[in-house]
Amino acid sequence: MEHVDFSLVDWSRAQFALTAMYHWLFVPLTLGLSIIIALMESLYVKTGNPEWKRITKFWMTLFGINFAIGVATGIILEFEFGTNWSNYSWFVGDIFGAPLAIEGIMAFFLESTFIAVMFFGWNKVSKKFHLLSTWLVAIGANLSALWILVANAWMQFPTGMKFNLDTARNEMVNFWDVIGSPVALNKFSHTVLSGYLLAAIFVIGISAWFLLKNREQLFAKKSIIVASIFGLVSSLLVIFTGDGSARNMAKYQPMKFAAMENLYIGQQNAPLAAIGFLQKNKTETDPKKQDFLFKIEIPNMLSYMAFLDPNAYVPGIHDLVKGNEEHNILSYKERSERGEVVINSLADYKNAKKAGNDSLIQLSLSKFRKNYPHFGYGFYANRDVNELIPNVPVTFYSFRIMVGLGFHFILLFIVILILTLKNKVEKKRIVLYTALWTIPLAYIASELGWVVAEVGRQPWVIQDVLPTIAAVSQIKSSSVQLTFWIFFIIFTGLLIAEIKIMTTQIKKGPAN
Amino acid sequence: MFETLSYITLQQYWWIIISLLGAILVFLMFVQGGQTLIYTLGKSEDERTLLVNLLGRKWEFTFTTLVTFGGAFFASFPLFYSTSFGGAYWVWLLILIAFVVQAVSYEYRKKPNNLFGKKTFEILLFINGLLGTVLIGTAVATFFTGSEFLIDKMNITKLTGGKMPIISEWTGPANGLEAALNFQNISLGIAVFFLSRVLALLYFMNRIKNTEIMERVKKQLIYNAIPFVVFFLIFTIWLILSPGFAVNPISKVVFIEPYKYLHNLLSMPIVSILFLFGILMVLVGIIRPITCFTKCGTKGIWLTGIGTILTVFSLLLIAGFNNTAYYPSTFDLQSSLTIENSSSSQYTLTVMSYVSLLVPFVIAYIWYAWRSIDNKKIDIEEINNETHIY
Ligand code: HDD
Ligand code: HEM
Ligand code: HEM
Repeated sequence: MEHVDFSLVDWSRAQFALTAMYHWLFVPLTLGLSIIIALMESLYVKTGNPEWKRITKFWMTLFGINFAIGVATGIILEFEFGTNWSNYSWFVGDIFGAPLAIEGIMAFFLESTFIAVMFFGWNKVSKKFHLLSTWLVAIGANLSALWILVANAWMQFPTGMKFNLDTARNEMVNFWDVIGSPVALNKFSHTVLSGYLLAAIFVIGISAWFLLKNREQLFAKKSIIVASIFGLVSSLLVIFTGDGSARNMAKYQPMKFAAMENLYIGQQNAPLAAIGFLQKNKTETDPKKQDFLFKIEIPNMLSYMAFLDPNAYVPGIHDLVKGNEEHNILSYKERSERGEVVINSLADYKNAKKAGNDSLIQLSLSKFRKNYPHFGYGFYANRDVNELIPNVPVTFYSFRIMVGLGFHFILLFIVILILTLKNKVEKKRIVLYTALWTIPLAYIASELGWVVAEVGRQPWVIQDVLPTIAAVSQIKSSSVQLTFWIFFIIFTGLLIAEIKIMTTQIKKGPAN
Repeated sequence: MFETLSYITLQQYWWIIISLLGAILVFLMFVQGGQTLIYTLGKSEDERTLLVNLLGRKWEFTFTTLVTFGGAFFASFPLFYSTSFGGAYWVWLLILIAFVVQAVSYEYRKKPNNLFGKKTFEILLFINGLLGTVLIGTAVATFFTGSEFLIDKMNITKLTGGKMPIISEWTGPANGLEAALNFQNISLGIAVFFLSRVLALLYFMNRIKNTEIMERVKKQLIYNAIPFVVFFLIFTIWLILSPGFAVNPISKVVFIEPYKYLHNLLSMPIVSILFLFGILMVLVGIIRPITCFTKCGTKGIWLTGIGTILTVFSLLLIAGFNNTAYYPSTFDLQSSLTIENSSSSQYTLTVMSYVSLLVPFVIAYIWYAWRSIDNKKIDIEEINNETHIY
């Protein structure tokens, strides 16, 4: 494939990354804040204390401001699969379309219907029905995350499908395999929990600001208590599920795992570089070159993290590319040659069908099935297989920053909860400032999680099945470039507006 | 239960669902129509606030229907999703951008310190109302007039040579914008635009208690109904007289058949009845408020609304049923999409059919929730007493 239009592929990737990262600026807060609000309103209904109603309404206003822009950025993503990844949409649409449709029917309607009751129903419906509506909004938001993450998980670990040669695409054969895959369950938990964590940080940070300004003491402390308990629980679970993510990765996406760990040469008893600085300009071609400038290692930890066994062998980038007979790893060269056989036998099959040549049909069919696991590698048959290595430093550092921040958040939740319960928090200005400045850190951790997940699997759109170069739409790269900048301008403008509106509403404080 | 159905039955079932969703979407675009009338109907700030808030409580709903329509189309007819969206790139992106800017406008319009000012968000609402309706109408018209594209699924096996391994390719010059140069397409676009305004006016009649606004609504109803009827008739007569894209049921070869859409109407009497009945309801819903304004005004939205749903529904059935190619290619007839050659697998359609059983339940809770917050007409005073206003 000498004629791959890389500018088209790269602009399409850039556009998807841009819009997805913008969407993800708003989604986690929706996921978590909807639950925090519902918890607060439950306290109101239970205690009858109007202070809780005031608190609920304040956070609800911020929720509404964030929600609107979350919706605005989401619609682009959905249609982008068609507009920019049209080949993808046909090739796996039979499986991937279903979760998107279910998301609409099951989740978005629930959310958008009851959000109206939540905002406009205070004086029109009973207290109980209002509370129910608030909970249904939270459930709707989290259900929508479920379906889209099932879809994304399927791209990382495709299962439950079979290639149909007549239609030249993958078709679903088992729906339960798709939604119940270990990757999907884990990814869902990790992602929504990280949203809860972020929302808890958001509530705590803003409450800390009120305390710093000596305003709304009671409101702020009540908010902190709810949020820090919620956040503490979530953050412990985030670590637990994040660990699960890493194990899934080691199992199903070894290249991503090796890149995330900057591991070139595989080994048994592999140590984990808890902190490390990478050697510049390291490439696969000189695997013997020093990997790290500096590192602090935990012995055996990587093997344990990946396979729950300190002696386990963890393959490195070099092993995956060049192959490793001892550990039964085929080289990428070999896989790409087998992939070429698969793709060619698909063409043979089609021609044989047209010509009515039964024996050739059978022959190409069996060749196809035997080598199918290498299908996607076929697109690299005449290319440099090193293109199949993701960006190592980006995945490596992103992962470490995310995890490091995760521990910082836990510490913060514990400290602030204890101080608030002891009624001393308003005097600890350093803690309050830390809480305030942790808000952007939560967003950074959350975005970096996606960077690990998505950059780490490049160039696969569907792991081992479809690379980006075979997934795009046939359009002019200048068109995509133009829409990239249009989205960049619109989303950035809206984001600035959102932040200004949000800060103005926060400064106004809860209504009386 | 759905496992026992044949593949073709499932495909037809899903075409019916898509048609129904599309039809409901056109009805719900009264929100878009209303957005283009804010300044025409609202002469004071208070009046405009009233109008914006009435629309603002429904916009999410139209939006969600659009999103679900997209998702359902993707799941059931992925080849359409792939071909049309990836090919008619600019039309779809303009539509999307029009909806992106709508989503924030209600919430941000009146909020203090909103960076762009109230007026900008009102302009964005207007753009959404205008572009959204005209372009969606135009895009739907291409179901009958065709577009220029080429599909070759074997492209995926092209590992060498001059071509990327991409199965569909748009050959039209402007990635979809060329559709807007075709008068037949654009006449449906304009008809949809005026229809959405008519529906908005009827919705306001149903919801607002304010005599000054009602006076203007009454005048506007006539101004918008006339162009709607004219452009709709142009499109419909043209449709009935024009040749269409037929499929040979045995060989699956696509060919041009004179009066194809008229034939479809004649050979599917139920669809013709729905179509005629729909048009009749639309018209009665508009005319009665004009003749007996105060008494019959409130019900117009239901008559015209349900009429709209029936009409669009039957139009889409005409596009896809009775061996017709619903997304024809004028560049290469054999690339045209039919409900048979563009659908998901039988298994996926079966799974999705189970999911579709949720729909009545969804409709029921929407009905219930709305009734509980929209039980009587609204005036300015009431809006100003709300705690959450747009
Ligand atoms: C449903 C699937 C899905 C979901 C939920 C996400 N992505 Fe993704 N992402 C893709 C499906 C995808 C994709 C369509 O498969 C892309 C486009 C090209 C590619 O290789 O993968 C992709 C690429 C992609 C890239 C480009 C990486 C590169 O090309 O180097 C980034 C940075 C992200 N995504 C980031 C995100 C973020 C921040 C998300 C959080 C909302 C996110 N993705 C959700
Ligand atoms: C490519 C991936 C994605 C697509 C195609 C997508 C699509 C959409 C769409 C179309 C909307 C607007 C829905 C409406 O009409 O209300 C939306 C909103 C939303 N999405 Fe996404 N989304 C994606 C990624 C995600 C992820 C990864 C999550 C969560 C884990 C998520 C959670 C939500 C939530 C909670 C909303 C509600 C509104 C808000 O953001 O505040 N989405 N999404
Ligand atoms: C502290 C321990 C943590 C560990 C061990 C961990 C581990 C991981 C791993 C391995 C992935 C990649 C999964 C994949 O590629 O499939 C991931 C993704 C992600 N992480 Fe974390 N993480 C941790 C903390 C956090 C924190 C604190 C946040 C945000 C506040 C966060 C947010 C995310 C997000 C949004 C993703 C993308 C979704 C996904 O792929 O599941 N993580 N995490």
